[in-house]
Amino acid sequence: MEPTELERVARQIRLRDLQAVYEAGAGHIGGEMSVIDILTALYFRVLRVWPDQPRHPERDRFVLSKGHTACALYVALAKRGFIPEEEISTFLQPHSRLNGHPNNNKVPGVETNTGPLGHGLPVAVGMAKAAKLSGAKYHTYVVTGDGEMQEGSNWEAIMAAAQFGLDNLTLVIDHNRFQQGAALADTNDLAPLRPKLEAFGWDVTEINGNAMSEIVPALEHRGSRPHCIVAHTNKGHGISFMQDRVDWHHKVPSKEQYDLAVAELSEAI
Amino acid sequence: MNAPVTATKLHDCRDAFAATLEKLAANDDSIVAVCNDSVGSSKLGGFKSRFPDRLVNVGIAEQNMVGVGAGLANGGRLPFVCGASPFLTGRALEQIKADIAYSNANVKLVGISSGMAYGELGPTHHSIEDFAWTRALPNLPVIAPCDRIETAAAVEWAAGYDGPCFLRLSRVGVPDLLPADHKFELGKANLLREGSDVTLIANGTLTHRMMKAAEILGSQGISARVLNMATVRPIDEEAIVAAARETGAIVTAEEHTIFGGLGSAVAEVIVEHAPVPMKRLGVPGIFAPTGSAEFLLDEFGMRPASIAEAALAVIKRK
Ligand SMILES: Cc1ncc(C[n+]2csc(CCOP(=O)(O)OP(=O)(O)O)c2C)c(N)n1
Ligand SMILES: [Mg+2]
Repeated sequence: MEPTELERVARQIRLRDLQAVYEAGAGHIGGEMSVIDILTALYFRVLRVWPDQPRHPERDRFVLSKGHTACALYVALAKRGFIPEEEISTFLQPHSRLNGHPNNNKVPGVETNTGPLGHGLPVAVGMAKAAKLSGAKYHTYVVTGDGEMQEGSNWEAIMAAAQFGLDNLTLVIDHNRFQQGAALADTNDLAPLRPKLEAFGWDVTEINGNAMSEIVPALEHRGSRPHCIVAHTNKGHGISFMQDRVDWHHKVPSKEQYDLAVAELSEAI
Repeated sequence: MNAPVTATKLHDCRDAFAATLEKLAANDDSIVAVCNDSVGSSKLGGFKSRFPDRLVNVGIAEQNMVGVGAGLANGGRLPFVCGASPFLTGRALEQIKADIAYSNANVKLVGISSGMAYGELGPTHHSIEDFAWTRALPNLPVIAPCDRIETAAAVEWAAGYDGPCFLRLSRVGVPDLLPADHKFELGKANLLREGSDVTLIANGTLTHRMMKAAEILGSQGISARVLNMATVRPIDEEAIVAAARETGAIVTAEEHTIFGGLGSAVAEVIVEHAPVPMKRLGVPGIFAPTGSAEFLLDEFGMRPASIAEAALAVIKRK
């Protein structure tokens, strides 16, 4: 898929995600809007995956470490054919397999269970190391939040990945500058991320993480070291009144706000 | 003593926690709050605006949070380390063991939204193992208050207690159960209802469900004793042994897995001192399906009517 086509799919995913959060009355909409362009590029262009064989040994591995944005992942998985699109309406309903954080025992396409922050990257390092050991050709991608990078486990994994020479691993940091309760700058500011990752022996690319034309080449980059994409994004991207507002980390739109958001996203289509 | 539970208004115990902490902090400069990007979920907004310099937000880094708490105590501060219970206890368990309990750091650990309070967010966010994990540690009192009155009393007690402890709080609404002037006593169960046929033992969000179950049993001519057992360690052996001897049957209920929690602690006492038929209600050793906390408690047999049924079955085994 070409970037303009990907942009169209991303807008559809945004709309479906917004509707699901609104109807369920819960979700993490800000971080979903920031990461949806990256998810779209992965599932509709970059990842070698086969929805009818979700455990195919040669599939590329993808881990959404910021598991609180599960709803966006579910919509992407549904659009890509891993689960029925109608099932999105069961999000958070009693006994639904679509709970607030992805469950790999129930949802095809989910590789490992995330939700507690700081788990996805170490697991991704293991996946990439396994490919090295077996000679498998798959590539491993992992997306973390920027607040999530405050967890020490990530930095342990970053060191291990460099030591193991994992050129088959790509970490995307969704750098939307906000965490749950405040801006990173007012909590525990990790910026600038690039020199930190470089100092730990990684290749680093900085991009506009809401621009398809920059996301795709960055994800397709191959080098000789583990690769980190610092994706500068906007929390709440695409919905004007949510953008860069910390309270939209997990707020749910009112009916009026919902209609307004639908109108804005539809206009863009 | 056996009047029905009349209070129906439900309260989020986090509010009582926050109000009490602010009240104490106003009179004691050494009190600091430590959190992990959890100012909102720990209800520390008021504390932050009143005592901005005494709020230590380490970011999303629970292991660091607990270690920093231990260091603050060493430096003469009185830290209340607050975070969502699954991450505070699960993520930082070794820090809790080595830096807090073993090092005897005077740190008050406050697990917020414990049990299945996070409902639909799923098993990663359910803190239904925290009794088991923390009660295995020496030198760490484990306390789960049943209402806002006991929460406030336990926070006051914790501030005055010289040593570490773990307060396990919920966000699920509960009615007032204890008298307004209640004083918290470590390791002491509260007799909420006298009874002779069976004893119902609970804490946290389950105590009021036990009271309702006792009313249902009462209407069927069964006399049920209710013990509120906020302290899981050190457990009130005396009250448990007396309940076993005097009522001959025990039912426990908890917002926790039945493996290693309150029910297990009660069973340990009964088996050694006064074996009687017993039933443990709780999460039956599975990762819970999707659903709200209240939905899941009902689903796992902890509706008042289901608790009453479980009690009748235990009584039959006498
Ligand atoms: C170990 C752990 N601690 C705390 C939380 C609670 N939590 C959920 S989302 C979040 C903020 C995440 O911020 P960020 O990583 O920047 O994500 P985004 O901005 O993309 O939503 C927090 C603190 C958690 N899920 N896991
Ligand atoms: Mg962020």
